[in-house]
Amino acid sequence: MSLPSNNEMAAAVAVSRFGLGARPGELAAAVTDPKAWLKAQIDHKGADQPPGLLPTSRDRFQAYLAARVDAQSLKREAVAVAEQEAMTAPPSPGQDMAAAAPVGQSPLDRLKAERRAAQKPLRDGIANEILARAQLAATTPAPFRERWALFWFNHFTVSTAKPAAAALVGPFEREAIRPHVFGRFDELLYASSIHPAMLMYLDQERSTGPDSLGGMRRNAGLNENLAREIMELHTVGADSGYTQADVTEFARALTGYSIGVEKDGDALVGRPLYRPQLHEPGVRTVMGRRYPDTGQGQARAILADLAASPHTADHIARKLAIHFVADDPPTTLVARLRSAYLDSRGDLAVVATALIDAPEAWSPAPTKFKRPYEFIISSYRIAGAAPIDPDRELIQPLTTMGERPMAAPQPNGWSEQAGDWTAPDAIVKRLNWSAAFAAAHAPPDAPLQVADAALGARLSAPTRLAVMRAESRPEAMTLVLMSPEFQRR
Amino acid sequence: MIRSSQSPGANARFALSRRGLMSLTAGFGLTYFAAPALAATAASKRKLAVIVCRGAMDGLSVAPPLSDSNYLALRGPIAIRPDQALRLDADFGLHPKLVGLYALAQAGQARIAPAVAIPQRIRSHFEAQDLLESGGEQLYGVTTGWLNRTLASMTPNRRVRAISIGAQEPLVLRGPAAVDSWSPGGREPGDLTRVKATLADLYQTDPVLGAALASGLATEAQAHMLAAGQPVPARDERGFAATAGKFLAEENGPSIAVLSLDGFDTHAGQGAVNGQLATRLTALDNAITGLREGLGPTWSQTVVIVVTEFGRTAHVNGTGGTDHGTASTLILAGGALKPGGIVGDWPTLQSARLFENRDLAPTLDVRQVFKSVLADHLGVDRRALETAIFPDSASAPPISSLV
Repeated sequence: MSLPSNNEMAAAVAVSRFGLGARPGELAAAVTDPKAWLKAQIDHKGADQPPGLLPTSRDRFQAYLAARVDAQSLKREAVAVAEQEAMTAPPSPGQDMAAAAPVGQSPLDRLKAERRAAQKPLRDGIANEILARAQLAATTPAPFRERWALFWFNHFTVSTAKPAAAALVGPFEREAIRPHVFGRFDELLYASSIHPAMLMYLDQERSTGPDSLGGMRRNAGLNENLAREIMELHTVGADSGYTQADVTEFARALTGYSIGVEKDGDALVGRPLYRPQLHEPGVRTVMGRRYPDTGQGQARAILADLAASPHTADHIARKLAIHFVADDPPTTLVARLRSAYLDSRGDLAVVATALIDAPEAWSPAPTKFKRPYEFIISSYRIAGAAPIDPDRELIQPLTTMGERPMAAPQPNGWSEQAGDWTAPDAIVKRLNWSAAFAAAHAPPDAPLQVADAALGARLSAPTRLAVMRAESRPEAMTLVLMSPEFQRR
Repeated sequence: MIRSSQSPGANARFALSRRGLMSLTAGFGLTYFAAPALAATAASKRKLAVIVCRGAMDGLSVAPPLSDSNYLALRGPIAIRPDQALRLDADFGLHPKLVGLYALAQAGQARIAPAVAIPQRIRSHFEAQDLLESGGEQLYGVTTGWLNRTLASMTPNRRVRAISIGAQEPLVLRGPAAVDSWSPGGREPGDLTRVKATLADLYQTDPVLGAALASGLATEAQAHMLAAGQPVPARDERGFAATAGKFLAEENGPSIAVLSLDGFDTHAGQGAVNGQLATRLTALDNAITGLREGLGPTWSQTVVIVVTEFGRTAHVNGTGGTDHGTASTLILAGGALKPGGIVGDWPTLQSARLFENRDLAPTLDVRQVFKSVLADHLGVDRRALETAIFPDSASAPPISSLV
């Protein structure tokens, strides 16, 4: 199939729909052959890693355990102090409580402050991860590769919304997702499913076979959360016909997948670790197939079959089409991606190529409303800038727009539907942010030049006119960012 | 103790309901009949707030069934014991963190429906939330929200508005009727008068942005006025619920507000009096209290519905938590509520009564509660209720005497 005859329009579509919005000069790089420009970004080694020395899941898991111990002992101390304060200084009846409060810091306040301080390395660690990946996204010359990685991170959501998993979310994306996004889906699925972040996020780390050695000793049992979400969200999808019994059987097979701690030896701390003594013995049946008890291999075999299922091909084809092309995508596109997945046995580089080659993906009319993260990243890209303060430039504004980074509220990740992001208040939040961003980052070039470099052939006549009539660079920049075509891709 | 504050009629009704429970007959122990039509003038001042608790809130901890002989054994370490619960009556209590709600219950302004479910048996959060909010009989039957269709059905007679509180608009409010929205946070930059006017022009032919920006700016201006210069912190449930209450209480303000709380998916380490779930219930209690404070005198004309997509397993699981279940507790609150005991029957936790031998079985379809409140409180037309708002819901008739 051929591209739209106008290469300039195709380049404008390539940088926005497939990429993260143009950086200055990017349209010129893409215009010669937009498809080739995108395909050159497919890399079998995986997606890029964010800049800087970021800690491994081992380091972060240790930090999490240390903070938890600190927090627990401080909490015990705080309770004791509070009881003591209540005993020694009972407020006399009728006395104004506020007036009775001691001036300065009470021992309880001090302990609360210490507790916050103990949590600080964890919070800072998350902020560093958010900053590093945003800097990568804002500056990368291979934005399709980055968008592809972000898609898979959202597909396999783990979230700082769950405190126990929070420290590991960044390492998860770097260790389990990025290396595998252009490999086989099967490998990506396995890496995600056994990563400590996923085990903590979906409560697998304590799931125990009731009839395993460990289960009989500790009276511990199953947790089916990970099994269910792998089937529903990561692979075959909720409409594929599996039953509660399938979920429970898969949960039994997954028992034993755990996380190394200190007593397992230094090299294994915070790493995936299979514990045979927690594995539920026996043959399992999932979606009509029998799996002999091969210990660790049992869940691995189920995962491989789930990855190979045509239901999974359907589910992933549809999600990709929705993410890249349209909230309600053409069925021909879904079918194309599904075939690419099945014919290549889940080779994600082949699927990415099929997406680029799909004529349905190149309609000039913008079909997708940008999510807040895409909107903010594309704003930095047009400005030729990158964020440097994670809290003020990323976490705060994205939270007010409804997409707190790495903190999806539920395991199905962030919504791909425009209706979720276009509530009246959300548009006001975008406007207020745009004005502040433009005041700080409007480039010194002529405003129209900036608009052309950002949107190219997608810049509409009314927006062009509005930018020309603007009274200042920040005003022009605000109008570009808030224009209907920049809000969409 | 609690009964002294309730009307004798309420106790009599409760006793009837208990008998229905004891006989363990199939079907519902309540009788249904059409309430008299409300005068439109009265209905127009009435307010409805819906709080959606996402992640499947554990009804057996929200309103522990204290007299159910199976409860403590099923729940083990995460049970709320009778000496810990805030006692509602001989059979049910409230979680000890729900102190604000408990005070309302004592004043006859809060009731629980302990075994409510959506019409289809689903254990996926996301599908169940879709069904809860779309108001369909089955998944994928309807794509808009039942509160949006409510707005549409009321609009010919009087302009009724709704507001979504939070950064994202929930499905229950989505559809063709325009809905306001507001969320805390964000900085107001300098003067944007010119930019706003230019954007209004640029958005003239846009299918979404023009209407959204105009509505958002109007709401933002009103929020500034209501907050009297005091910004609401983004993570303060009481504060943002109070703002929602103020919006509702305004002269010509919206009639309907929707808030969402999340974090109720307690698969591991759920806790009991304290812990993960207790923290979320504190947030819920703060949200209810905030609404009451923001509504002020309008609280007397308000009904609040607190609802979740499904309940959790009757058994504690192997990791000190609970997995996806079926029926859960729905909470009704507000000054417009009729005092009374539990709504719907208690199916008990006997193993033979559990759904699929694992979950609390539903005795009430969540649409029965929604339909009752819409008809008897907001005065929504009964025919619209049965056709446009809750299509194919003949099997879920409204229940009487909630408001």
